[in-house]
Amino acid sequence: MMQHLVLAPILLPLVTGAILLLLERRHNVRVLRTGAWIGLALLLAAAVALLVRADGGAVEAYLLGDWPSRLGIVLMLDRLSALMVLTTTLLAIPALLYACAGWDRRALHFHALFQIQLAGLNGAFLTGDIFNLFVFFEVMLIASYGLLLSGARGERIAAGMHYVVFNIAASTLFLVALGLIYGLLGTLNMAELAVRVSEVAPQDLSLVRVALGLLLVVFCAKAALLPMYLWLPDAYARAPAAVAALFAIMTKVGLYALLRTGSLWFGEAAGPLAGFGREPLLVLGMATMLLGSLGVVGALRLRIGAAYLVLMSSGTLFVAFALARPGTIAAGLYYLPHSCFAAAAMFLIAHIVQRERGRFGDRVLPIAQPISRLTGLLYMVAALSLIGLPPLSGFIGKFLMLGAVPADDTGWVYATVLGSSLLALIGLSRTGTRLFWRIDEAEPEPLHAMPAPDMPKVGKLEIAATALLLAYGVAMSVAPGPILRYTTAAAGQLLSPADYVRDVRGTRPQQRAP
Amino acid sequence: MEFALASGIGVLVAAGVYLLLRARTFDVILGLTLLSYATNLLIFASGRMVVGKPPVLRALVDPIRDNYTDPLPQALVLTAIVIAFAMTAVVVVVAMRNHADLRSDHVDGREPGQPAPDGDADGERSPRA
Repeated sequence: MMQHLVLAPILLPLVTGAILLLLERRHNVRVLRTGAWIGLALLLAAAVALLVRADGGAVEAYLLGDWPSRLGIVLMLDRLSALMVLTTTLLAIPALLYACAGWDRRALHFHALFQIQLAGLNGAFLTGDIFNLFVFFEVMLIASYGLLLSGARGERIAAGMHYVVFNIAASTLFLVALGLIYGLLGTLNMAELAVRVSEVAPQDLSLVRVALGLLLVVFCAKAALLPMYLWLPDAYARAPAAVAALFAIMTKVGLYALLRTGSLWFGEAAGPLAGFGREPLLVLGMATMLLGSLGVVGALRLRIGAAYLVLMSSGTLFVAFALARPGTIAAGLYYLPHSCFAAAAMFLIAHIVQRERGRFGDRVLPIAQPISRLTGLLYMVAALSLIGLPPLSGFIGKFLMLGAVPADDTGWVYATVLGSSLLALIGLSRTGTRLFWRIDEAEPEPLHAMPAPDMPKVGKLEIAATALLLAYGVAMSVAPGPILRYTTAAAGQLLSPADYVRDVRGTRPQQRAP
Repeated sequence: MEFALASGIGVLVAAGVYLLLRARTFDVILGLTLLSYATNLLIFASGRMVVGKPPVLRALVDPIRDNYTDPLPQALVLTAIVIAFAMTAVVVVVAMRNHADLRSDHVDGREPGQPAPDGDADGERSPRA
């Protein structure tokens, strides 16, 4: 029975979403919320159980339909996927909490779409087959279109249009890569591909490079690497706050896919393709980090700044994963959940600020109506951990990563990581002083006299959701030991892909009576 | 036949990319559709060009590879077609809403004489007119 547990993170939200869709017509929002929370509680239990299971160190393959893994579809559970599923679930709790404060009444089908998005995310983390990865990417994206666009009008629709078209084009490229890979290598199972990539015939080598390179381009587009990030700031900044908070993990899906395929296919054992794509990823990752931090400095609104912070953390993770040392991957896997939580918190804070200031919104202007001290405190904690100042989790992640950088790369990597952190520090402190300290006392009278548009008051639930996100980060910095032990073990598991391949190929179908 | 199929895919991709880069949403949607056709053909061709052979086992035909065509790309292409179809429907709806709201079907430009967007317009606040 326990071996079926790996299905739970996909099936639970999918079934919950379907039930919520059916309940939507007849029942009021309270019933829907109860249903969504029950689904999320079960999902949390399943995610924790899977993490405990994966910590045993074995790679578990689940054969769907009981076909041998090279023919059928497999689900995979190892330390990395369990960590990602738990991160998704932990991020979903505050996002749902925030939405329950009122947004879910205004957006059509919110609860159903939210659950389906979770199913897509978890599926992408658990699958062991690249075609299935494509399918789960699409599930996740379709739900995200709905979440982004429901209740939208005007400029948000235009930003959504860019997001949709860009992602469809990237998905088309994904399919092209899949077609080429199947035609050349004859399988789409990740573990089986690892074997075939290492044995590829010399005359096919350049074609295989093209196909796998295309796949990397697609993952980079999803993770918003340098030339392909232009869609991100606008779409994220215009998304509803609760949705933007959940979207903080969407770029991490591309990074996860990059890490998974990179360690399986382009590790030491890959023969002619060992280390494929690492150099460009490293350089572009550093450039993304720098440009992201410049975006933070130049942002005129808090939300845009938050979107650029997502970009910056993406760049940092690209660097950590492209270096592919045990230390950098372990530090990156510690940094990844932290950056999801902190960036999500920043989106929520931006929305709270926007509503407290009324007509001024979240624009970075020194003129403002008073904001409660609590919001300022939340902003300070989020900003400190996003910049990477001690004592919060961002500092631990960046410090460990810098410590593990190999000696011949230190110059550039140190310069860009520290330089971008400095720029983010400048940008966020400027935003903080203008929004919260209000040093400019000469407030123009006519502006002040104008009535603010009626905005719903900020409720306790919203503050609680933000505080919960930041509490995750504080917990990660209070007790980094067990988490780091886990991520180090996960990095070790990733860097010895032979075990993974052996476990997947060794899982035989059990003939069962129908 | 390989040449004809390859050139067909190439022409579809070229036309698709050209249309995708144009400024109006209608052209962009057509471009995405053409690209998805090209992709479907490519996936189909990844199982090699085989004529007149079934993808599933038959009773009277020997179960050896020469008598059958690869069934997996056919399954993949079905999934790809369904997803591309759904995505086209989504993007058509978004484009229509975009046009209705902004009175323009430019992808990212503005109609002449149209005001620049207010940086604060989130499109979630104002009640529907």
